[in-house]
Amino acid sequence: MTESASSRFVFDPSAGKERPLWRRLIPQRWYAHLILIVSVVIITFPMFYALLISTQSNPEVYNHKFTPGSMFFENLHTVMVQRNMGRFMLNSFVIAMSIAVGKTVMSVLAGLGLVYFRYPGKWLVFGFVLITLIMPGDVLLIALYRRVVSFDAWPHPYVALTLPLLASATGVFIFRQHFMTMPPDLSEAAQLDGASPLQFLFRVLIPLSWNTIGALMVIMFLFGWNQFLWPLILLRDQNLQVVQWGMQSLTQNLEVGDNFGPMMMGVIITSLPPMIVFLILQRQFMKGFALTRDK
Amino acid sequence: MEEIAYIVHPAVVTLAGALLGALYFAFLRWQTQVGSQRVSLIVGAIAGAIGATMLTAPLGYCMFQGDQTSEDVMVGWIMVGLGLLLTLNIGSVVLWRYFRGQRLLPRGDTTPGAFRGRFGLVYALAVLSPTILVLVYFVYLPMFDTLRFSTFLARFGAPRTRFICVSNFSRMLGDLDYHSNLFLSFALSFGIIIIAMSLALLIASMLNQPIRGANVYRTLLIWPYAISPIVAGSIFGLLLGTESGIVNRVLDLTLGVKVPWLVTVPAAQISVVLASVWNVIGFNILFYTAGLQTIPKDLLESASIDGASAWQQFARITFPLLSPFTFFLIVTNTIYAFFDTFGLIFVLTRGGPTESTFTAMYRVYVTGILASDIGKSTAQSLILFLIVVGITIFQFRVGQRRVQYGNY
Repeated sequence: MTESASSRFVFDPSAGKERPLWRRLIPQRWYAHLILIVSVVIITFPMFYALLISTQSNPEVYNHKFTPGSMFFENLHTVMVQRNMGRFMLNSFVIAMSIAVGKTVMSVLAGLGLVYFRYPGKWLVFGFVLITLIMPGDVLLIALYRRVVSFDAWPHPYVALTLPLLASATGVFIFRQHFMTMPPDLSEAAQLDGASPLQFLFRVLIPLSWNTIGALMVIMFLFGWNQFLWPLILLRDQNLQVVQWGMQSLTQNLEVGDNFGPMMMGVIITSLPPMIVFLILQRQFMKGFALTRDK
Repeated sequence: MEEIAYIVHPAVVTLAGALLGALYFAFLRWQTQVGSQRVSLIVGAIAGAIGATMLTAPLGYCMFQGDQTSEDVMVGWIMVGLGLLLTLNIGSVVLWRYFRGQRLLPRGDTTPGAFRGRFGLVYALAVLSPTILVLVYFVYLPMFDTLRFSTFLARFGAPRTRFICVSNFSRMLGDLDYHSNLFLSFALSFGIIIIAMSLALLIASMLNQPIRGANVYRTLLIWPYAISPIVAGSIFGLLLGTESGIVNRVLDLTLGVKVPWLVTVPAAQISVVLASVWNVIGFNILFYTAGLQTIPKDLLESASIDGASAWQQFARITFPLLSPFTFFLIVTNTIYAFFDTFGLIFVLTRGGPTESTFTAMYRVYVTGILASDIGKSTAQSLILFLIVVGITIFQFRVGQRRVQYGNY
């Protein structure tokens, strides 16, 4: 500002070469905005299109109308009541919450055991947990299925479904690293005050770990909500099935092509809970992994 | 007792392993010129002998016995090779640490601030036991079952099982359908890595510029991370429908063609890649954005003062410093392509047309659950396990070398 004002009165050999008008009108780094806007359009388009189709009837879909259709409530009713998606969503919510809470509690406890006690062979215990990272559940699917169905005293099918998923090498690792970055003075002071390890956990460690806990809960909730293959093979009773199973059942007669509206309504309601969780806890998620720009 | 006829005698296998191990360690000794020649040879021979027998001996060298086919013998040699790969690598690391006078085992306990008192172990066991019990019962034992059943003829619902040595594996050698499933899995991971990671890097570099609204852009770009593969498959089933799909509508209006995306052969695979890329790109953008923030600004500034162009700054500074994130994403994207695409393919193409979009994981589901063949499907699972182990080792070996180069 001041520079350009003063340059009017001073002889300047480059006076004719000042930034041309088009340069001043177009914002700086316009190319970044351009690329980002194009990316946002491409990445969000499929979801917006699904939202649009979810309000339409089948003739409207085949005519490629770009206005909201007339069938929003009909489709919602078809999906939630006729195709039982309301029930499936409740089932998935119970399962995902159990997995998220169970995994987090077990990981916090294991992290405590790996950091705040002295005993020989601690690295062996940690290695025992960590090496399971190379044994993903899908690799064990057949053997795990055989083992789980050969035991017939499960109190509820959901116990059989969630219990095998509760241990988390990732979670244990995250909490171990997190606890190791805490100043040792904290536990020294707690010990001087005569606190037991569990008191220390509840009064000091957990209040200092909400970001990490929130971040892990988001990841684990998404993991639980997106479960498909394991419930698909394990659950016999269709009323107990999960939302992803319900979603795939909506696509069953895709070849016949008579149900795009309900199908996309299914897409919307299946995606809403994880997106809400993700958007609300995004800060936690970002902070937990130290991802914010201004950290 | 009857003498067992061997095609290759166990002693030959053991000796061959020992010889190979000794040779490899002699080579390492000659290359590094560190440590004693004799210790290297002895440790190499022992590691080689263990490596050659560790996978074959538990099966009683059955694959080398007289009544086995040549494919069985070949699988036997592959098992010898895998065992050698494992023990020789571990052995060389241990010996290297020994020669340089480093500790062989991690230090027992370095944590300051641990709780004092006699009940430390009891307390630790109590808080660790939930995790350990679940891991033993639902991870380690199934892993052991997978190893065991892969050598069995076993079916769901049939009480009888029979030990059939490595037949489940040797039949894979000639199973062209399974080869094409594996090929598709690799091609899919390759396509996802190339497309989703380069696009994510481009987008993340733009997000990293000092521009207005970067946080809004970022939120709008990373949300597909929360979408399940089933939903991604459903949406792309709508977009790519031959008559109903918007993509064909646009192609029809502009070029006058309609591509039967989901029902013809190369197009169906391309559809799977497109849907997977869309599903996974948010995750990649998230981690590349995080990675770009770890790069010190002053480094780039001094480079630009020295006259480095934007491209040079990217190629010489940013990209090498990002390599830990790149390796992490290569691993996670490969895992996604191998395992998580199951649900996406399940709704998008149902494996069709004519099994052409079966991935290796889809094959495990079809063989194990739909055809109830436990033996064959656990053998196929073990191939997947080897791939997971392979990419993990890749991440550690290649990744760490590059990380050290980047960590100044």
